[in-house]
Amino acid sequence: MAEYSTDDNTAEATHKMTRAERRQARRMRRFDNPWNNPKLFWGAGLLLGIIALGILGRLFWDLELVFTGSGMLKLPPIGFENLRGQEGTLANPLGTDGAGRDILALIIIGAPNSLFVGLLASLIGMSAGIMLGFTAGFVGGRTDDVIRVLSDVMITIPPLLILVVFQASFGDVSLTMMALLIAGFVWQSPTRLIRAQVLSMRESGYVQMARLSGASTFHIMFKEMLPNLVPYLFGSFIANVTTSIVTAVGLEVLGLGPQRIPTLGRTIYEAINAGALIQNLWWWWGIPTILLAVMFIGLLLINLGLDEVSNPRLRKLS
Amino acid sequence: MGRIPRSYLINRLITLLLTIWIAATLIWIIPRLSPVDPADIMLGRMAAGAGSVANADEMLAQLRASFGLDQPLIVQYFKYLGNILTFDFGLSTASFPTEVSSLIMRALPWTLGLMILSLIITFVIGNLLGALMVWEHSPKLAKVAIPAAMVFTSIPPILSGLLLMWIFAAKLQWFPLTGAYGLTVEPGWTWDFVQSVIWHGTLPAVSIVIVTFGFWALGMRGLMITVQGEDYVTLAKAKGLKNRYILYRYMIRNAILPQITAFALKIGLLIAGQVLVERIFAYNGMGKLLYDAILDQDFPVIQGISYVIILMTALSVFLVDLIYPFIDPRIKHEGS
Repeated sequence: MAEYSTDDNTAEATHKMTRAERRQARRMRRFDNPWNNPKLFWGAGLLLGIIALGILGRLFWDLELVFTGSGMLKLPPIGFENLRGQEGTLANPLGTDGAGRDILALIIIGAPNSLFVGLLASLIGMSAGIMLGFTAGFVGGRTDDVIRVLSDVMITIPPLLILVVFQASFGDVSLTMMALLIAGFVWQSPTRLIRAQVLSMRESGYVQMARLSGASTFHIMFKEMLPNLVPYLFGSFIANVTTSIVTAVGLEVLGLGPQRIPTLGRTIYEAINAGALIQNLWWWWGIPTILLAVMFIGLLLINLGLDEVSNPRLRKLS
Repeated sequence: MGRIPRSYLINRLITLLLTIWIAATLIWIIPRLSPVDPADIMLGRMAAGAGSVANADEMLAQLRASFGLDQPLIVQYFKYLGNILTFDFGLSTASFPTEVSSLIMRALPWTLGLMILSLIITFVIGNLLGALMVWEHSPKLAKVAIPAAMVFTSIPPILSGLLLMWIFAAKLQWFPLTGAYGLTVEPGWTWDFVQSVIWHGTLPAVSIVIVTFGFWALGMRGLMITVQGEDYVTLAKAKGLKNRYILYRYMIRNAILPQITAFALKIGLLIAGQVLVERIFAYNGMGKLLYDAILDQDFPVIQGISYVIILMTALSVFLVDLIYPFIDPRIKHEGS
């Protein structure tokens, strides 16, 4: 009887709702969805912007301009004048560097490359971390000890310094190689995260239930436990992308990293060495710097958004 | 050992030693996997300087012997492990025959000074701002302005350093562009020198501070949210204590402790970031030394710097782990 009357009420309410009210209700529902977060949108938008720059740039801009001597030297962007009184031209809308390379072509190739290194390194690190974390949490014993101590040790070692030794010894590396090397230093935090969660979730009701109902360990790990870890894992993934890009840019600014592909960090390195700061060639180092800043801000916004997804207390705050 | 269980202490000690050993081994193995021969590089430098080198083969053998490269690998390895325990990294190949350790000792005070100073400033500012973000009585402006400033958190200090350098050193010329002190002042404990050091150090320090305070502020925000709802805060309010007193003595005091462990996880990245800032400001620290060594392919110096920085990181983590239970009695250490 009670159930019947409730149903009746709701039906009546839906019927009486005006269009505005329905829109309001829909908006409330949308705000209720934690994934529907402005910070997440803005962050993802900034990163998509950089990817779009790479794709559209390849379609609509002549990338041959990235080669040395393809334009006049040290031309300013359109609307500016350099110290020699030259004005920016349409042929090089963002100006050129000290070797006549077109800055626009440089960032079209360089910006997605930086993102690629970060994503690849973090993806490999994440996969390794998930495997090791689950193994440590489930197998326990000696295996757990080894994995735990190893991740404790490796989390202390700053990747930049080992990679400096590596690249100083080996010289030129490819982008993929650099990503692989960085991946060797970003598996620790997902490993620790997963291990801790597995240890605490192993005893929780729904995992016990799954075990009682005869689910395989594999099923429990990936179908029961992993979905609960998604916001944390995603947060750790994004943080690792940031670390990886920072490390890659650090190597490039020290003059290491890939030597034959234009990267944002290497452009900054060349600009500093050519005294671009004193000569007021701000577009040479400034444009790559701003692009990197946009990338980092985008990643941070995504991470802040994810924090709010996984921690409802933060949601209420803002 | 006071209140620290022995098993915990042993565990941390093993981690510390393992970290140092693995780092030292990596630093040793990697250059040996590469086809580049340091003796070759040195000979090349001599040939470039003098036009030609007589008896090149003998020279090469002599140089190899002086670097110990003629011995079997396993002997080299254990000699190396013994040497680095006493901070003996051999001789620099670029500024031969200066010892690497003396080069590092010259650079270390600058790096440590800049690091400790900027760390203290960031820790205080970051935690205070993070607390203000949550505190119910903080001014409206704080709740809008601080999250906006937080956007800079994710930018590595090298980028903020470039921007500050351009604005304040190249454009406005308020601060010097490079170096750790003026070329005209004599190093020593004179007022002129100290003034020059502060003037030169401001930009590098600020470029680190403005991008790292947000890390502390974010952590503090999360901790303050937890502390805010605790019973002792409600009780303090009910007692009628002053809001400011509650903020400092009840809330921040309890929230700040876990921040110290966050430091242990972050220190490696902080040092790496600072190395890069020193490189762009040509500040007389380890960053500049490392950059010069990379340019000169001076392997002993690169190895020495990497080792010293990793050692510094590992020791700081170890110390934080040891001191922490004394600062925060709520923490109980289990065996594992």
